[in-house]
Amino acid sequence: MASGLYSQHLNNRKLYYIRQVILVAFLVLFAVVSLFPIVYMIAWSFGPAIESASTSYSIFPKVWTLDSYKAFIDYNQYSLRWLLNSLVVAVFTVIGNVIFAGLAGYAFAKINFRGRNVLFFMVLVAMMIPYQVTQVPLYILIVKQFKMTNTFAALILPSICTSYNIFLSKQFFSSIPTALIESAKIEGCGQFKTYWLIVLPLSKTILAVMAINTFLSSWNNFFWPFLVTSVDKMFTIQVGLKTFKFANGTLLSPMMAGACISAIPMFILFFSLQKYFLEGVTVGAVKG
Amino acid sequence: MKKEGKKPKIKQKFNKGENISGWLFIAVAMFIFAIFTLYPVISAVITSFQKYKPFGSEWVAGRNYLDAVTSSLFWKSIKNTILYTAAVVPLSLLLSFAISVMILPFRKKTQSVFKALYYLPGIASGVASAVVWLWLYDASPSGIFNRILGVFGMSSQNWLSSSKTAMLSLILMALLSSHGSNIIIYMAALHGIDNTYFEAAEMDGATFMQKIFYIVFPLCKPTTLFLLVTGIIGSFQVFMNAYMMTGGGPDNNTTMVGLLIFNNAFTYGKYGLACAQAIMLAIVIAGLTMLQFKVMGDDVEY
Repeated sequence: MASGLYSQHLNNRKLYYIRQVILVAFLVLFAVVSLFPIVYMIAWSFGPAIESASTSYSIFPKVWTLDSYKAFIDYNQYSLRWLLNSLVVAVFTVIGNVIFAGLAGYAFAKINFRGRNVLFFMVLVAMMIPYQVTQVPLYILIVKQFKMTNTFAALILPSICTSYNIFLSKQFFSSIPTALIESAKIEGCGQFKTYWLIVLPLSKTILAVMAINTFLSSWNNFFWPFLVTSVDKMFTIQVGLKTFKFANGTLLSPMMAGACISAIPMFILFFSLQKYFLEGVTVGAVKG
Repeated sequence: MKKEGKKPKIKQKFNKGENISGWLFIAVAMFIFAIFTLYPVISAVITSFQKYKPFGSEWVAGRNYLDAVTSSLFWKSIKNTILYTAAVVPLSLLLSFAISVMILPFRKKTQSVFKALYYLPGIASGVASAVVWLWLYDASPSGIFNRILGVFGMSSQNWLSSSKTAMLSLILMALLSSHGSNIIIYMAALHGIDNTYFEAAEMDGATFMQKIFYIVFPLCKPTTLFLLVTGIIGSFQVFMNAYMMTGGGPDNNTTMVGLLIFNNAFTYGKYGLACAQAIMLAIVIAGLTMLQFKVMGDDVEY
């Protein structure tokens, strides 16, 4: 704990309280500023579904209705399917990553096999390559060679086991004492049994962090779904929202309703699994 | 990995069972890696020397690289990217650091509440937040930013479509919506500082600012460096905001490298050129990553 940084006014209660109040005031002000766009989005999503550009409108809507949600949903017959598409893609991406990246991470951390260091080094290098490098070949591969445009396979497969998740799980599994694994082996557990019965139960947190991060980035991914979908039916919510934005640039409230529909599920996920979200930030960063 | 290298060199013995199970464990992951990462990287390098045609591409040697470096738009996009990065990354770090220090004297519960609040804007997708910010920057007097200017008696601006303010708008947006994870990482670093440092400083009569400058700054250096480099790398790849908010305009004043590569590939179908530019970007990023490893050395454990 670094509380010693703030030991100045501890013996003077009045000064101490003034200091705390000033600090809270600053923090709240900053929170208000950074949360304002979200508040604005939610408030205006309940505004009327009429043109707002070029007329003057207030800071928050005067009449609150659900018309704009209806307008966004009626905009395209597949509007609600976009949400389902996003969900399907995110769920399968998460399952793939938890299973395959988990297994690979464990092997890289604890199994001593030939070629381990070379392969893991390749995974490490791949993490540093910007996505701009792979986007064109990947696009040609999926769209022109495999002819997989507008399929769930095209949306899911390229991110079903990412280098980052392999790295993340390897880092975690390395911290599990090898003695534990050795003793499981002496008791007669095979590699897979050891992984399943001994290692996985110890790794719930890291797997949850991985699942949540993967879910969030899959849900929020715009770029790849945009490249491999061309029919409305297969859009994810992000691609759908972008199409809506470019078609209806002047409809403030329906646009906000669309943004809410895409963002609110993630807000709910965040508030219900906050601990894992916040842990996920530091887990990939500096240790100690 | 350095430490492993220091072990006495004994020829490593592999046990057959470990070999088999190891390969079984990584089989699917490596199969996916080979198709969706390794092959595209190799293919990108090859494509960068070709003019793409659906049936058999034409070999053009260094032509794409030459085209890239002689294009004024390429240099403009690099200038824009550097300008954006130079404004966003350091300011965002400073802001996050200040906020983290301010959160520190509160109870754990209060700290978590603030952390969650600051992290929340980062949860929304790039599309959703771009949609909202477009309206905050609405050019009519009803737009929020124009209302703020109005309070100070200034006239309304065409935030996103004037060459004077377009870049500024993107910078402001990035600053106000992407500090959550920086704050959380700084908090972790601040909690890691041992209290004895402050106790010792107090005996010497150090003031609050002296503690910040002589204790907290140096001890947070690895964190700062990590956030700086990852911030720069992320910022070099920025694509969403320019694509959604300004489309690179006006007059390409907000065209950044990410958007330029995207346009070359998917608007103009110049796959070779796009790959050449992407590879140049990758080299710059690799250089930055090396620098990070070199400067940080043993400070950070990976």
